[in-house]
Amino acid sequence: MPGEASHLVAETAARILADFADPQTVNRDTDGSWKTRLWNALNAAGLTLAWVPETLGGSGASIADGFAILGAAGRAALAAPLAETLAAGWLLAQGGIEAPATSMTVAPCRPRERITIDAEGELNGRASGVPFAREAAHIAVLVQDGVSERIALIQIQECCVSEGRNVAGDPVDTVLFEGAKPLRVAAAPPGFTQDILMLMGSVIRSVEIAGALETILALSVAYANERIAFERPIGKFQAVQQNLARLAGETAAAIAVAGSAADAVAGADQFDDDVFLEVVSAKIRTAEAAAEGAAIAHQVFGAIGFTQEHVLHRFTLRMLAWRDDFGNESYWANELGKRAACRGAEEFWPWVASR
Amino acid sequence: MSTALRFDPIRLPPECGALRKEVRAFLTEHIAAGTFDPHHGGHGESYNRAFSKSVGAKGWIGMTWPKKYGGHERSQLERFVVTEEFRVANAPSNLHFVADRQSGPILLKYASEHIKQDILPRICRGELCFAIGMSEPGSGSDLFAAKAKATKVENGWRINGSKIWTTSAHVADYMLALFRTSPPTKENRRHGLTQFLVDLKTPGISVHPINQMTGLPGFNEVVFADAFVPDDHLLGEIDGAWKQATSELAYERSGPERFLDTFYVMLELIRAVGPEPDLRSAEGLGRLVAQLHTLRRMSVSVAGMLQAGKEPVVEGSIVKDLGTLWEQKLPARVRELAAFVDPEMTNRATLDEQLAIATTIAPKLTIQGGTTEILRGIIARGLGLR
Repeated sequence: MPGEASHLVAETAARILADFADPQTVNRDTDGSWKTRLWNALNAAGLTLAWVPETLGGSGASIADGFAILGAAGRAALAAPLAETLAAGWLLAQGGIEAPATSMTVAPCRPRERITIDAEGELNGRASGVPFAREAAHIAVLVQDGVSERIALIQIQECCVSEGRNVAGDPVDTVLFEGAKPLRVAAAPPGFTQDILMLMGSVIRSVEIAGALETILALSVAYANERIAFERPIGKFQAVQQNLARLAGETAAAIAVAGSAADAVAGADQFDDDVFLEVVSAKIRTAEAAAEGAAIAHQVFGAIGFTQEHVLHRFTLRMLAWRDDFGNESYWANELGKRAACRGAEEFWPWVASR
Repeated sequence: MSTALRFDPIRLPPECGALRKEVRAFLTEHIAAGTFDPHHGGHGESYNRAFSKSVGAKGWIGMTWPKKYGGHERSQLERFVVTEEFRVANAPSNLHFVADRQSGPILLKYASEHIKQDILPRICRGELCFAIGMSEPGSGSDLFAAKAKATKVENGWRINGSKIWTTSAHVADYMLALFRTSPPTKENRRHGLTQFLVDLKTPGISVHPINQMTGLPGFNEVVFADAFVPDDHLLGEIDGAWKQATSELAYERSGPERFLDTFYVMLELIRAVGPEPDLRSAEGLGRLVAQLHTLRRMSVSVAGMLQAGKEPVVEGSIVKDLGTLWEQKLPARVRELAAFVDPEMTNRATLDEQLAIATTIAPKLTIQGGTTEILRGIIARGLGLR
């Protein structure tokens, strides 16, 4: 359960985001100047390296505190690499590598892509769908040396970045490693696999999606109470009320399953089968909630919500985009289904009811 | 009124693990003795007085109630464990479950001391079955249109009228029912209903079973013709039952029974697709697992809030809305996912049989205990829309 400390961290993050990344201001911004001011404030508050121990240059916050920050980022539909920097710091910390005080991202971000490291210590491979690679100064990379997993820190200049965008218009780049020379390389802890990186990324995105849905619900209810049609607020019509109740249901499901997964990861010493069930369920169910929730919110807002000027799309499109990172819901559903089938009918309920 | 929803990640405390083992051992014993068949979904054989008494003897009815009324002062989370294990095993609980879930808590709150002393210990021993008298021929979801009447007489009340769609009345000992004691007022159409405890053996009460579309009994029409109810059977405030209704809802609406009623078809699906399912089956099954896990975590969270003394009415209504829709769609989804599996495989016949049961009961799941539409109205009110 989120404690008092996480609550304070979340409040700090929310205040900084409200001051420097207010969706309305960001939506009107054309030159991206808000990002520098925001980053300086986040850095100064120690939020960007929350998951890096103090001995490695970070602020040494708990896993739970980090998720509280990400909840705030989700509620603000943040279009800056805060989650990515947190994840990169976390990955580097697994290898005991000191984190630079820059914005970072992680690779790989897709379950089946592999980056290798050769005998000379150079990285090779291709990572697609890497969020904010072009804006990051460094990338934390999970690499394979043919026998085991290792963790590397590399400067972005060492890589070839080909630019892409997700449905929200945020950078999602392809990063090519062709004999790229890392700054640092360290062994990953025993048992650390690429699946674990994907699972950590999945909880991060689930928490952000749940946060975005919370704001979308609040915006939609407020609008339904204000907008007059047929001589009364549209929120007085039962058809609209039923839709908003469904949106509340999807939001509730996302909050519950993402919060549960974050709590499970924060309290776990390993990513066992029980944590897998929590995390993967969160990614699948929040992705489903995002699709349902976005459709309902846009229906409530009508044409005004479909304009560039309105902030609604900042939330809806971004959470839809987040579904794709670190394994989408179809990928994880297949993995979860295989695991359930492999356990068999007799062992299925004991697994679901194990916590 | 706020759009802020809370579902804290409540974990079941360690004592729940030991209890779960004990519950599973108890159920295994009864299955071995032939008391019930865990592979038979549906509610055909769900009333079993002897079994309910043995559940009571284990201390699993009225678990959260005070010891002085026969209860066991255990937590809502422990009660949650018992409820979900019984559902998953398809154990016959209809006889005691309504009394345990909602009638008992209402009596605890509103009944006179000697009624509590008399009735509650018997519920805890698994001896009493309760029915809920709300719907009438002219009043279903619109509860406050109820017309069945209670008229003041010496030492009590005379009741006249009828209740309908009353589950369990054909076996029940008592009913908690709403009767009109005054006409509604212009300002408050909810005014004028009073809640009573009614002994169904009272002269003047007749019960007429109505078969459900499953072919099995379940519904009843209960007719009251000058039936006498003593004064001390009145519960709470005269004309003010509507105030008592809301807190009951969180208890009634958020438990594991709101998403596990067709669970048996999911187990049959897992048997049908085997240990190495194809891509389509695996992906479809995986989504169902994620949805089930989510509902369970939501339901545990609400149980935790109830334990903390809160009244999570909106959260509870959301769990029932999502949960009942899920368990209603589950047989259809399982049918699709099982469509291409080998017809020669061993459990096809069982799967088809279970699907037939689940498909037949599915329509009622989003009607009983508050329809989807009513629940969404409650959620909308909680959001500040009405």
